[in-house]
Amino acid sequence: MYSERVMDHFMNPRNMGEIPDADGVGEVGNPACGDIMRITLRIEGDRIVDAKFKTFGCAAAIASSSMATELIRGKTLDEALAVTNKAVAEALEGLPPQKLHCSVLAEEGIRKAIADYRARHGSPEASGG
Amino acid sequence: MKYLCVEPGCSMNTTVNRRSRLVYMDHAATTPVRPEVIEEMLPCFTERFGNPSSVYALAREARVTLEKARRQVADAIGANPKEIYFTSGGTEADNWAIKGVAAANRKKGDHIITSAIEHHAVIHTCQSLEKQGYRVTYLPVDEFGRVDPASVEEAITDKTILVSVMTANNEIGTIQPVAEIAKVAHDHGVPFHTDAVQAIGAIPIDVDNMGIDLLSLSGHKFGGPKGTGALYIRDKTRIGTFMDGGAQERGRRAGTENVPGIVGLGKAIELAVAEMPEKSPRLAAMRDRLIKGILETIPETRLNGHPTERLPNNVNVAFRYVEGESILLMLDALGIAASTGSACTSASLEPSHVLVACGLPHEEAHGSLRLTLGSRNTEEDVDYVLEVLPRVIERLRRMSPLSPERYA
Repeated sequence: MYSERVMDHFMNPRNMGEIPDADGVGEVGNPACGDIMRITLRIEGDRIVDAKFKTFGCAAAIASSSMATELIRGKTLDEALAVTNKAVAEALEGLPPQKLHCSVLAEEGIRKAIADYRARHGSPEASGG
Repeated sequence: MKYLCVEPGCSMNTTVNRRSRLVYMDHAATTPVRPEVIEEMLPCFTERFGNPSSVYALAREARVTLEKARRQVADAIGANPKEIYFTSGGTEADNWAIKGVAAANRKKGDHIITSAIEHHAVIHTCQSLEKQGYRVTYLPVDEFGRVDPASVEEAITDKTILVSVMTANNEIGTIQPVAEIAKVAHDHGVPFHTDAVQAIGAIPIDVDNMGIDLLSLSGHKFGGPKGTGALYIRDKTRIGTFMDGGAQERGRRAGTENVPGIVGLGKAIELAVAEMPEKSPRLAAMRDRLIKGILETIPETRLNGHPTERLPNNVNVAFRYVEGESILLMLDALGIAASTGSACTSASLEPSHVLVACGLPHEEAHGSLRLTLGSRNTEEDVDYVLEVLPRVIERLRRMSPLSPERYA
């Protein structure tokens, strides 16, 4: 059902945890639906120097958040915003169709964390996420 | 054995060797076919391959084995052999019972009573009938998953043509007060059907004592082959034909009989019922040790289903803050096969209708784990599950944003 890459990121998640006093925090999902993702970012200048996640959900949700944080570390905010759910799913060597929403959640989590950072720093580009 | 590391960032793959031995605790899903059963089946594929409907000696031999199996099934539930009809499994038996009674009684009424926690073979069959204009009452259950017989009395009308409530639930193992429910149905002249798929070989079943008019059973749940089952139809019950065609099964379920499968079903049910007095208490002791151990070692965990009125092999617990598919995949990596009521393992993305009907919030239903024991499970298997499960839950809770501080 899952690719080897998904199982690897599920069993050996990268960047699992929470950055204390993070510069940007994005929490998306709903416990009733069985998925919650919390992304925390450390941002220096315009660059994401650290990204961590905590996820309640299935293997696809955990692997998507692990991969998404890997993809955005070291990127500028605009580069990170260009990381789509499709990119997350492709980096995981694909997700089953009924699990694609997990990669969407990862994209939304990143967008929300960046929006949170921009809102707190009075950026004109801040949006509600 | 190496231990499962629960430290953040620690790789489980490098700290745990997959156990070479499988701890199979999903017997409510299916069971291995017993060697004695296979032994009885094998000649039916080769030398005793005759069609029971033909007339020569080879065919008569097949007919004899078929009728022996029918008697074995009848004896197991206290029925008469001519009231046993072989089917392709529990799902077909449920479909036939409900659709067959509905069709045969359409002029009398259009109302069916069932429960909210039935297997999908019953629920979806009832929903299909609703689309055809029948009315269905899905009785609620209490927090333990029990149907109150008084609620059947309240729901029943002069248009009610069938009451169908399962003997024991496949997810949470709750055993229903079948005899009381059947009595209410009979007091109103309504036939009573029960899906006993999970109950056969686990608890004693007697169709007369329990007032059962129709009963569904499935071979692969008690050591028989998949694709085999039976519907018990009490003599004189009004029910339509399920499959049109030849004269097999007294013309009510046409199609050349699956002789090897039926022979296997007969042998398996005979063994299962004979061994029940020894097996059920043994499994119940392991079940209780699992439940106690899990609830004592893993905080924020609840037992689903009834504390005492439950199948001897069923454990169902819900862990807060974690999701069931993740639990299953980590247990799988540790060599343990189990099941969950989480939406994430279903195509519907809805959590178990059974757990929701018992009042569990959706987020907790997502964190459910079902362990169902079988005769091959040992005390060592129980020890192993009790050893690794707390580590799996701990590890997932560390990953979860819902966990309280202690898991942070």
